[in-house]
Amino acid sequence: MKLRLGRIRITDIQFGDKTRVHRGVLYVNKEEILAALADDRLSSIELDLARPGESVRIMPVKDVIEPRLKVEGPGGIFPGFVSKVDMVGQGTTLVLSGAAVVTTGRIVGFQEGIIDMSGPGAEYTPFSRTCNLVVSCQPAPGLGQHEHEAAVRMAGLKAAATLAEAARGAEVDAWEEYECLNLAEGIKRYPDLPRVAYVYMLQSQGLLHDTYVYGVDAKRILPTLLSPTEVMDGAIISGNCVSACDKNTTYHHLNNPVIEDLYRRHGKDLNFVGVIITNENVTLADKQRSSNFTAKLAEMLALDGAIISEEGFGNPDTDLIMNCTKLEKKGIKTVILTDEYAGRDGASQSLADADPLADAVVTGGNANEVITLPPMARVIGHQETANVIAGGFDGSLQEDGSITVEIQAIVGATNELGFNRRSARTV
Amino acid sequence: MSKFRVVHYLNQFFGQVGGEDKANIPPFTKEGPVGPGMALQGILGDDAEIVATVICGDSWFNENIEAAKAQVLELIAGYKPDLVIAGPAFNAGRYGMACGAVAEAVSQNLGIPVISGIYPENPGLEMYRRHAMFVKTGDSAASMRTALPAMGKLALKVLKGEELGAPEEEGYIPRGIRQNIVTEKRGSQRAVEMLLAKLRGEEYKTEYPMPQFDRVAPNPALRDVTKAKIALVTSGGIVPKGNPDHIESSSASKYGKYSLEGVTDLTAETHATAHGGYDPVYANADADRVLPVDVLRELEQEGKIGSLHRYFYATVGNGTSVANARRFAEEIARELKQDGVDAVILTST
Repeated sequence: MKLRLGRIRITDIQFGDKTRVHRGVLYVNKEEILAALADDRLSSIELDLARPGESVRIMPVKDVIEPRLKVEGPGGIFPGFVSKVDMVGQGTTLVLSGAAVVTTGRIVGFQEGIIDMSGPGAEYTPFSRTCNLVVSCQPAPGLGQHEHEAAVRMAGLKAAATLAEAARGAEVDAWEEYECLNLAEGIKRYPDLPRVAYVYMLQSQGLLHDTYVYGVDAKRILPTLLSPTEVMDGAIISGNCVSACDKNTTYHHLNNPVIEDLYRRHGKDLNFVGVIITNENVTLADKQRSSNFTAKLAEMLALDGAIISEEGFGNPDTDLIMNCTKLEKKGIKTVILTDEYAGRDGASQSLADADPLADAVVTGGNANEVITLPPMARVIGHQETANVIAGGFDGSLQEDGSITVEIQAIVGATNELGFNRRSARTV
Repeated sequence: MSKFRVVHYLNQFFGQVGGEDKANIPPFTKEGPVGPGMALQGILGDDAEIVATVICGDSWFNENIEAAKAQVLELIAGYKPDLVIAGPAFNAGRYGMACGAVAEAVSQNLGIPVISGIYPENPGLEMYRRHAMFVKTGDSAASMRTALPAMGKLALKVLKGEELGAPEEEGYIPRGIRQNIVTEKRGSQRAVEMLLAKLRGEEYKTEYPMPQFDRVAPNPALRDVTKAKIALVTSGGIVPKGNPDHIESSSASKYGKYSLEGVTDLTAETHATAHGGYDPVYANADADRVLPVDVLRELEQEGKIGSLHRYFYATVGNGTSVANARRFAEEIARELKQDGVDAVILTST
């Protein structure tokens, strides 16, 4: 399986007559996008632009999606949602690098996720550095919350897919090539290199805590194998955003840094054999079954080592530790990627589960750290949710529009795919 | 620029009062530096001044610990210091406890930093490590000549607000506080490099050493549940609609206590969840799903349990720190015992 990614660098975004890329500027035809998003379940859809460095706050954020266009090879982007369920991960895919679709709107009680395009909060989220098309959706009267969430999720994916059409024919700035060999070929080509897989844990705890694989709710999957290149074509998409700091947006999935960094050492220091995806369900039987299957797949792949990434915290800490200990007990060496909830003073224990076998941990930082975000000139969305979002508290939103919150409320702040350069140490 | 003000805490021996025979003297003050404070002042130079030394006998301190803390604190506060230095205590157990207790009182009440010095096996360290930056010393005063420069240097850095490196670079024993940092490489790259080192059997450093978990053994079963008074406690966030105590949807800093007097059923009109960590739709439609008041009232009617306690307690167990959870539990358990509750049904989500 071979996938070529063609990156088209986007440095600015503007509304225009035609959706196209010209000299690094992504022009967006509003009517064209709105027509593509029309949905009976949504009473109104508004489009806004947010650029790096602007005094803009977007909240509450549901998802962030990178526009990608499949131009060669089977299937299309976001299989099971925007495209049919053909297998993806082969051929050629174009990427509008530096552009993103951000969805916002009200859904349930606890509206999540802040993106500040400038100021101290901007340091914590990667999406202060992307040129964003913000899609604000309001539900039709009487729409149930689950349906509402599905409609907003779909609107974001469709907006990204429509925008990505601008990549067709545009000049590509950089090409990347990724290949996934089958097990036998890989061993033949790299007989002396350790076999390494990536155990990719997907949040699957219910409304606003779900993830989808080829259109399937990850709650209903048994752990299975993916080629890393499938992920780059949108095989995994996000339906979750609560405690936004450590939830993987669709953008994170498309640009999974563990996959990228394993590929960097592939063929030199290790043999990257593939991705095991597993879920984080809420019942004990599910946790046991999924971790058993994960360990079994790891054993069948004759792995020497694995990187395991968690999504979320608390309850999924048990899935993380089960995956880690079951692999270690089979003699497969692991590194786990997590983040921490050590309290606002940093003095509390960081995880809800632990085991001495988890002796190699990489952390995305303490999500309870408190930050004050100064007021922004423009707010896209609903700022008053600051008092009730995860990471916020009564009095978070001050009269002048500044917000004091835990970094937990900032999209991607303590990402557990290792997307950021943040860590924590004991002092 | 005016000099930073430092108060030094010493025991009777280093405070030049006397040996074990003087260990019973209560706290008092001397202006300026005393004993090891002289050398310390030399290290602090022109940037900071030891304005006073507070001295207390080790026996008196440890036998009157609450009074000692209060009195020493008052003496220290009177000098309006920017920082307090305690000891070094080396491996002297009672002195180490005193330095630690002073550090706790000062950091909690005055909110200023405390620098101390201690031998790693001194019991004072285990008890008070969070409250001071303890420089690692040898077990006896023979290591004074290395301890004081390390303490003085650290004190100056802290006073000037300079950025501190990792504890091992700065020479102090970690307090157990997690601090966010920005690293050179992104997390995924650190993970790949750590895995390669682990596979090759090379040395690597985990970014979070696993904590010790305390496991709680269950109490023996009730002898007669039909006579028992049962209470409901939940971390599932069920609260009267409107969340009157504003319990946070994540990282809860508080819990609520709510009456069940005359309540036989929780409904969408009366109760909801404040929890942000799970799909709230079903709990909001019928909060009995998380806090089973309806079923317990039936069991009460049928005489299958003695009674349902007239209050329930609720918090949000979503990213809530273990320290907060422990405090809630201690307070709630104390009240339940006072109210004669025999058993508790704990529901989570």
